[in-house]
Formats: sequence, C-alpha cells, structure tokens
Amino acid sequence: MSIAPTPTADTALTDADEAAVRTAITSISRPPRASRTSAALTFGWRGMLKVKHVPEQLLDVTITPVMFVVMFTYLFGGAIAGSTAEYLNYILPAILVMSVLFTTVYSGVALNTDLTKGVVDRFRSLPIWRPAPLVGSLIGDSVRYVIAGTVIIVLGVILGFRPGAGVLGCVAALGLVVLFAFGLSWVFTTLGLILRSPNAVMNAGFMGIFPLTFLSNVFVEPDTLPAALEAFVDVNPISILSTAARGLMEGDAAAADIVIVLAVAAGLTAVFMPLTTRLYAKR
Amino acid sequence: MTLAIDAHGLKKSFGDTLAVDGVDLTVRGGTVYGVLGPNGAGKTTTIRMLATLLTPDAGSASILGYDIVREADAVRGLVSLTGQLASVDEDLTGRENLILIGRLLGLRGGAAKRRASELLAAFGLSDAAGKLVKHFSGGMRRRLDIAASIVVTPQLMFLDEPTTGLDPRSRNQVWGIIRALVAEGTTILLCTQYLEEADRLADRIAVIDRGRVIAEGTPSELKASVGSGALRVRLLDPDQRDAAAHVLERELGEVVLEADPAALSVSCASGDRAAETVAELSRGGIRVAGFSLAQPSLDEVFLALTGTTAQAAADESTDRDKQEQPA
Ligand SMILES: Nc1ncnc2c1ncn2[C@@H]1O[C@H](COP(=O)(O)OP(=O)(O)OP(=O)(O)O)[C@@H](O)[C@H]1O
Ligand SMILES: [Mg+2]
Repeated sequence: MSIAPTPTADTALTDADEAAVRTAITSISRPPRASRTSAALTFGWRGMLKVKHVPEQLLDVTITPVMFVVMFTYLFGGAIAGSTAEYLNYILPAILVMSVLFTTVYSGVALNTDLTKGVVDRFRSLPIWRPAPLVGSLIGDSVRYVIAGTVIIVLGVILGFRPGAGVLGCVAALGLVVLFAFGLSWVFTTLGLILRSPNAVMNAGFMGIFPLTFLSNVFVEPDTLPAALEAFVDVNPISILSTAARGLMEGDAAAADIVIVLAVAAGLTAVFMPLTTRLYAKR
Repeated sequence: MTLAIDAHGLKKSFGDTLAVDGVDLTVRGGTVYGVLGPNGAGKTTTIRMLATLLTPDAGSASILGYDIVREADAVRGLVSLTGQLASVDEDLTGRENLILIGRLLGLRGGAAKRRASELLAAFGLSDAAGKLVKHFSGGMRRRLDIAASIVVTPQLMFLDEPTTGLDPRSRNQVWGIIRALVAEGTTILLCTQYLEEADRLADRIAVIDRGRVIAEGTPSELKASVGSGALRVRLLDPDQRDAAAHVLERELGEVVLEADPAALSVSCASGDRAAETVAELSRGGIRVAGFSLAQPSLDEVFLALTGTTAQAAADESTDRDKQEQPA
C-alpha cells in the first residue's frame, strides 16, 4: 500500500524524551584524553567482558592443554623416557610452551573476525593512542595464556610433576612464556590483517607454528637429530624458551637464555606492532 | 567563522572502482547537511575520508579548521561517527558499550558509569541496558549507536544512513534525537537515501551520484528543480494501468510508469487536484488499491537530475563491482 506514513507517528519520541536527550547532550564537557595505558587496559577489559558473556571461549585454552598433558604423559611417556614421573618433569615445561604458543594463533584469528564488524570504525575514529585496541586485545589474550599455563602446571602437579624451584619457579616460567607469547602474537595479528578470512589466518598461522614448535627441543633431544636439523633446533627461539622455562622450573636457568627470549619477544613487538598498527589504520 | 567541513576535490578509488570522484562540500557550523545518493554513490566512502578512516587519493578537506590528513588526531577529538554498519559491539551489553566508549574518551570509572546510565535513560534504553546488543532490535541498536556517539558531545557528527531499515516509529525516534542534537549546536553530516529524511532534517543537501556532486542547495531549491511532488497510485488490477495512465495524463500531465506493474505516478503539487483526480479514476471504473501524494522520490530527483533512475544508477554501480571481482 502506498499510503504515506501518518504524521502522528512523529510523537514516538515524546517531548519529554527529546528534552532528556538535550539535557544529556549539554550535561557533559570533554574530559582530558585517556592515557595510553588507560586506553589499552580498557580494550583489555573489553576482552574480559566477552569471556564473561561467553565463558565457553575458555574451552580451547583449558581442554586442549589438559588433552596434551594427559596424552603426552600416558601415551608417549613410558615409551620415550622409561618412567612417567621422570618424563613428566622433562615434558611439562615443553607442553606449557607448546600450548601457550599455539594459543597465540587465535589472536590473529580473533582480530580478523573483529574487523568485519562496524565497531572497528568507531574505535578508529576515536581520539586514542593508535595501537590501543591491538595492545588491549593482546593484554586480554595474555590473560588467556595465563589460564592455559596455570591449568597445565596444576594438572602436572596432580599427576606427579615436582619442579625443583617450586611455585616461584613455575610462576617465573609462566611469566616468561606469556611474555614471549605476547611478542609472538604480533606476528599473527599482522597475518590477521593481511589475510582475508579467519580460516586463512588459522591455516597460515598453524602452518608456521607447527614446524617451528616441532623443530625445537620441545619434545626431542637435539643431539639425536641429523646435524643440519640440530643446528636449526639449537638456534630456534622456541628451543631457547623451552630450555629457559625448564631451567626456571628446576632452578638452574641460564641468564643468557632468559635474555635471548626477552630480546626476541621485544624484537618481534618492535617490528610487528607498528606494522599491525599501520595495517589496522588502513584497512 | 570556521567552516565545520570544507572539502575540495576529494577522490578515492578502490582498485578500478572510482568510489569518490572529486567531491566538494562546504558545511557551516550548527547546521545539518544532507548527502543524498543511491547505493554505491560514494556516501560512505566520503564520510570515511572525512572521519579520518581513509586517506583521500586526491583533494583536501578540513574539519573545523583541521586538516583531515595532517591533523587527523585533532579531527578525531572533535567528531564522532555513527557508521552504516552499527558501530557498537554486539558481544557486549548496551551499558558496557557506553562505559567502554566513555573510558576510551577519558571518563574515569564512576563518571563513565554515570554517563552510561544517563544516556541509557535519555534514549529509552534503561530496560535493555543489561542485554547483549546482538539481541537488540534494529531501532534500539541505532539509538545505542547514536548514544555512543554523544558519550562526549562532538562538535561534528557523521551519521551514515541512520534510519535505513527502521520502521516508521523508530525512524521518528532517530529524527527526534537528531533534532535535539542540532538544537544544542552539534553540526551533522547526514547521509541518506531518502529525500524525505534530508528534506525534514537538512538545511542544505548535496545529491551525489557515481562519486560526484550533481546538485547542491536547500531542500526547497532542490525540489523546485525537480518538480513539486507526485501523486502515486497503485491499482488493484495491473491490466487497468493504461486506462489509468490515460486519465492521469489528461488531468495532470506526463505519467511515469513505475517498476511495479500496478503502480504509476504523475507530478502534482496540490492535494485538492490529487483528490479530484483519484475520484475521477473511480468514476471511470478503475479500481484503486492505494494512493499517496508524496514529495518527489529520490527516483524522481534522479530522473530529473541525471536522466536515469536511482535504481538504474545503483544497478550500474553493482555491475561495475561485479566486473571487478574475479569469479
Ligand atoms: N573497501 C572497499 N573496497 C572496494 N570497493 C569499495 C570499498 N568501499 C566502497 N567500495 C565501492 O565504492 C563505491 C562507493 O561505495 P560507498 O560505500 O561509498 O557507497 P554508498 O553511497 O555509501 O552506498 P550505500 O548506499 O550502498 O551505502 C561502490 O562501488 C563500492 O562497491
Ligand atoms: Mg554507504
């Protein structure tokens, strides 16, 4: 029917409402801008809220690590090292490293998904520190890494893992792994902005992280490998990270390893954070 | 006085698509400026350049005296954007969305919460404040979106098709909000596909087509250039359209046959003449399903300005897009 809308509908927003809107408009004056930290933390809070509304999101950072621990301990444990408890002391730091690093791929996937939404345009039009949305979501992701890591360590202890450096050593190892994961995440957020679909990011991400993880000392002793591979395994930052994490848990970490891990994390951040920020601004 | 928007020769292309092809805009502070155009005309691209989300390929623009490229950060401190896709976070509640924006703009803890409550109440969203936005209706989402744009009142607000897809009631609510904003001195750039909307709200209108401004002026100037208004008639029986066209032509002048096989329209300025003409149709045994006396539609503005209908222009732009995308 081609009847023009009735003019009475015009009163849908009553005069009282319109007055309330006008009051709301005049009752605020522009505050000083949010600081960089405050903007980034606010985006981190946004990430936490999403977890609060959809707690199932935490399944991938809890179930997968549990599976890894149980699988490696009971399926492969006896075969490789002879006894489960001994093997657990060797393998748990490695599982920690592997599980947390695998989780970093999802940072890129999540960013790619976020980009399809209109809210990104609002974020980009706000007068805030440009990298804040990215730094913030990685801060949120770091909380996920901490959860995944804690699940692994606690489960390990239940199954018989007895680290030499106790709780403090475990906390230090977890901290180091999370810092490294933070740096590595920037590589995947860059991928997340370059590739077109979340699936492409996931595939490309795992294509990179799988070989890197398996060509490290995470699961095998490097000196059982052919010379060329061994050379690569020795310089692979993931090997160094896993040695350092193991060292921190046992109380015999080499300072040089820790410095290298932190330097690599800082290097990745220095290169890929500005790259991600630029890509985010342009897309 | 500094102009709210002063744009010259803005251009932007995506691959081979020339989305914006030399747009000039001059918008005075405190006014509503309508940008009217069909799908694919380049409205959103223009807004995104002015809101510093896209860098123009050519041309320049300043917002309240600040250059959109060189002084983008200053521009962001003065404007806010309500995008065509709802620019709120679907996975958060209405209240959380407003607190989020408040904190990002520098309101601290308690102040951000109080501001959120105040806006939720003013926009009639208090009851739904705790619901996730993905469960909001279209109208609620739009209101929240606009509320998010005035958490801190901007000097210039970009509204990209704020009422597309809304029912008349929600649309009127949004119009009320826009009027309130203007009354308090915010300048508004309003993109729309509806002449009626631009006519009601805008002080001046630019009509854009294929990335170019093809007409500019006050609503009355624009309508005068197009013709007065149109009597649109829908028949019960499409077979009677020729007979109806004959009557309308005799009474009022040149008839436009619409895409709907049962509809036709004719330009007509006076309500009385329209009523007489419809009566004449009934007397002639032509059964009328409905009729309206409306302002010229965007189609008619387009017909008058370009010689093609808005629909054809939009189709053509879609065709252009299709050709570019590899199969
Ligand atoms: N990011 C992009 N990549 C490629 N092409 C684009 C992009 N954004 C816009 N375009 C193309 O540019 C042209 C203008 O688009 P724009 O979105 O500015 O139009 P519009 O007037 O806002 O249309 P609508 O009424 O449909 O929102 C269209 O042909 C569109 O397909
Ligand atoms: Mg648009």
